[in-house]
Amino acid sequence: MSGHDDLPKLLGDCVHCGFCLPTCPTYVLWGEEMDSPRGRIHLMQQHAEGAPMSAPMVKHFDACLGCMACVTACPSGVQYDRLIEMTRAQVEDEHPRPLRDRAVREAIFRLFPYRRRLRALRGPLRAYQRTGLDRLVRRTGVLERVSPSLAAMERLAPPLGRAPRLPERVAARGERRATVAMLTGCVQGEFFPEVNAATARVLALEGCDVLIPKGQGCCGALSVHSGRAEEGRAFARRTIEAFESADVVVVNAAGCGSAMKEYRTLLADDPSWARRAGAVSGKTRDLAEFLLELGPRAARRPLPVTVAYHDACHLSHAQGVRAQPRALLSGIPELTVREVADPDICCGSAGTYNVLNPGTAAELGDRKAGNVAATGAELLVAANPGCTMQIATALRRRGTPIAVAHTAEVLDASLRGLGPDALLGRAW
Amino acid sequence: MRMLSELEDGEGMDSVLRTLARDLDVLLGGDRVITDPVRLRTYECDGLTNHRATPGIVVLPDSAEQVAGVVRECVRAGVPYVARGSGTGLSGGALPRTDGVLIVTSRMRRILEIDIPNQRAVVEPGVINLDVTRAVRADGYYFAPDPSSQQICSVGGNVAENSGGAHCLKYGFTAHHVLACEVVTPDGEIVELAADGPGYDLLGVFVGAEGTLGITTKITVRLTRVPQTVQTLLAAFESIEAGGRAVSAIIGAGVVPAAIEMMDALSIEAAEAAVNCAYPPGAGAVLIVELDGPEPEVAAQFADVERLCRDAGAFEIRIAADDAERALIWKGRKSAFAAVGRISPAYIVQDGVIPRTALPQVLARIDALSAESGVRVANVFHAGDGNLHPLVLFDDAEPGAAERAEEVSGAILDLCIEHGGSITGEHGVGVDKARYMPRMFTEADLDTMQMVRCGFDPGGLCNPGKVFPTPRLCGEVPGVRKGPHPFEGKADLF
Ligand SMILES: Cc1cc2nc3c(=O)[nH]c(=O)nc-3n(C[C@H](O)[C@H](O)[C@H](O)COP(=O)(O)OP(=O)(O)OC[C@H]3O[C@@H](n4cnc5c(N)ncnc54)[C@H](O)[C@@H]3O)c2cc1C
Ligand code: SF4
Ligand code: SF4
Repeated sequence: MSGHDDLPKLLGDCVHCGFCLPTCPTYVLWGEEMDSPRGRIHLMQQHAEGAPMSAPMVKHFDACLGCMACVTACPSGVQYDRLIEMTRAQVEDEHPRPLRDRAVREAIFRLFPYRRRLRALRGPLRAYQRTGLDRLVRRTGVLERVSPSLAAMERLAPPLGRAPRLPERVAARGERRATVAMLTGCVQGEFFPEVNAATARVLALEGCDVLIPKGQGCCGALSVHSGRAEEGRAFARRTIEAFESADVVVVNAAGCGSAMKEYRTLLADDPSWARRAGAVSGKTRDLAEFLLELGPRAARRPLPVTVAYHDACHLSHAQGVRAQPRALLSGIPELTVREVADPDICCGSAGTYNVLNPGTAAELGDRKAGNVAATGAELLVAANPGCTMQIATALRRRGTPIAVAHTAEVLDASLRGLGPDALLGRAW
Repeated sequence: MRMLSELEDGEGMDSVLRTLARDLDVLLGGDRVITDPVRLRTYECDGLTNHRATPGIVVLPDSAEQVAGVVRECVRAGVPYVARGSGTGLSGGALPRTDGVLIVTSRMRRILEIDIPNQRAVVEPGVINLDVTRAVRADGYYFAPDPSSQQICSVGGNVAENSGGAHCLKYGFTAHHVLACEVVTPDGEIVELAADGPGYDLLGVFVGAEGTLGITTKITVRLTRVPQTVQTLLAAFESIEAGGRAVSAIIGAGVVPAAIEMMDALSIEAAEAAVNCAYPPGAGAVLIVELDGPEPEVAAQFADVERLCRDAGAFEIRIAADDAERALIWKGRKSAFAAVGRISPAYIVQDGVIPRTALPQVLARIDALSAESGVRVANVFHAGDGNLHPLVLFDDAEPGAAERAEEVSGAILDLCIEHGGSITGEHGVGVDKARYMPRMFTEADLDTMQMVRCGFDPGGLCNPGKVFPTPRLCGEVPGVRKGPHPFEGKADLF
């Protein structure tokens, strides 16, 4: 993200071959050039040449999920990730949004990145779910009428249990092989605390001392990916401070991992932070990536389940991590991994996308749910809380609910010999 | 489906187009008519970006009836129209008309029927080439035409360009795999052209006509059985000449490879940068040879091929052990065009044909041209049938560079003609090569072709300005031409 001087060069990398079109979720849905990567790059070019940031332009940029499937598909090395980040920042600067949109956006960015605020929400949300009020509200459709975005947020909220607190340090079991620091994430930490607990246990069982730095907050992923670069940089600096003393930073949420690996470019223009940012990016690993590099030591116990593994975009496209989680899952005795058709196409979750563009997100969610259901698997495994919520919601909508788990939870169940019911008993 | 917008106000449109846009909106409804200038501009070019023209109107129909309706409205209004599939064409065939309508088939992407016992499938024109194969692979079949752009180009575009790919040498071009086309004729009628049946082979005329004789709305394609075995090798040579010798030896030995492809050092460098295909370092040329068919036959011939490559001087030969290794070998070749973007800010993909035996002379002359002009040329070829794809590199930010590249690119075509070849093997003439047609054909030849075109499209509204250097008004006496070229002053070149 070094300045806007790179923009013409980055735009120039696109040779207009169209190879990126078939993996772009919005092109798959609508079949029109303006909602394809090639078309969006063309719109960016128009803007760079002086065309104003008009409402139609913004609409097509907003419709981009930021899934980075186009980056994987592009033979010409177009850095669409950087292009869309710069463009989103320009949109925020140059395009006044209608009041209602602004309000929803503000609400999201004041809520999601802050664990304390999310925590404050947990109590009422749990009560709301326990009383059955949630089903009533859903039936009346009142939220749909007030705001489709609010309704989407409500539908996506996972069922909440008690949140276990993690200590600041979890000691390795057996001889220590590594010391790692763990990012707990905001949404992950508050809504899926079991995932963090499982991650810490698996790491410890594999012989790692796990440090969970107290000062950590939001990694900035949501902000950076939505054009709120300054806000994102502030979050990044705090996260760097919290983690720079670690040898390795292990992240279990795909979106956060990819954001931390991008700190290097995010802060490249900031002389006092560039080096520190680069260092933290360099030692950030996705959990599956790290575990495979480390190699298995703890005994795997059989787990007779059929699993559909979903590639989270921020893991597969943004970090290139595809084989590692599959290898870890396949390494569990009696576990079968099934492939989901069209793995490259985003499920529609995409950070805050399913809250801001609920219609499109639901369409993509339905497609993904259909493909997941077609595998006949009993358990859906993904490494991003957003994807899990999104696909599980879509599966519930089509009447084929499925149990969901994070890769860490499946490993945890196998290492601790819990048996399949620990995972399958949690259908949505 | 999401509503794109009500008809945008279409500011600055001329009155004929504005009225037409309203009529089309009534006809098609929903979000199928685009008139907003910013959106329109995203359709200004296809895969050949040095020709650009913003379409007057874009429509996204989703049925043959809608296409026919649009064509009839255009005819009524006297407005030209152009069909577009995925916009990957490399000759500007889908270059829009500023005063016309661009009819885009990207929403007509249903596979309508799969008939395995009869080895055929019926598809809409916007269906992506590779999706046909994906749909029938489990049954042991595939759609044979395999342009490098197969992951995104449309079957309709393949028909219009009579596209080919690496495997054309053995399996033929698109024309050999199309059994019938439903076509919206230039007067808006829906007709069926089929390969069987008595009478003139109108389907044969239609395939490869670059969208100038009508718009196909439904295509019946032939499905080919997946061969029993496939063997692929990659041979590295010190020079193109040595690679060329191997090609001649293999073909001369009576082997018909499924594919035989060559890349030179510069294109290897680009592919390496793009997809890490890990071709043998230091190669001046690599040859990819693929054999397919019954097991014993392939095994015997494969041994011959390997030997012939070594005899011609191959210093390293790699044999793909499985599909994954085969895919890796092909990955470098298939991404070569787009990959050149990694080593050059801009480039022209040229497409010419020469007799296979002339390969060494022509390549030497291309080298000389490149040295004289200082313009770098990377070479990729379908070596078996003499189809060259020179990639002429330039920096579009440097004044005069584009013109120099264009000159070298044209001179390469002259070389092809001089050696008894052709100005296009598979990318078509489009708007880009129309001006070279007189170098290959006499005026009488061109007039004859134009008479065929007039037979289909007397009004001259169906993709006008393509293929022929000078438009001919139908009914005109051959040889006499009036009026400016329709693109004069409208499309910007560079
Ligand atoms: C990187 C790259 C590699 C390529 N490799 C190859 C290759 O190996 N071999 C090869 O042959 N080509 C190749 N091409 C060229 C191109 O992909 C083919 O010509 C392809 O068939 C075009 O399909 P399209 O859907 O993109 O058509 P478009 O570009 O949209 O249109 C091409 C022409 O077809 C006409 N047309 C489109 N749809 C219809 C229809 N329904 N009815 C009538 N006319 C129609 C248009 O008017 C235009 O004249 C390559 C292109 C790129 C960018
Ligand atoms: S990031 Fe995803 S949605 Fe956006 S243009 Fe690329 S492929 Fe399409
Ligand atoms: S694949 Fe890359 S070069 Fe090709 S159109 Fe897409 S972004 Fe541009």
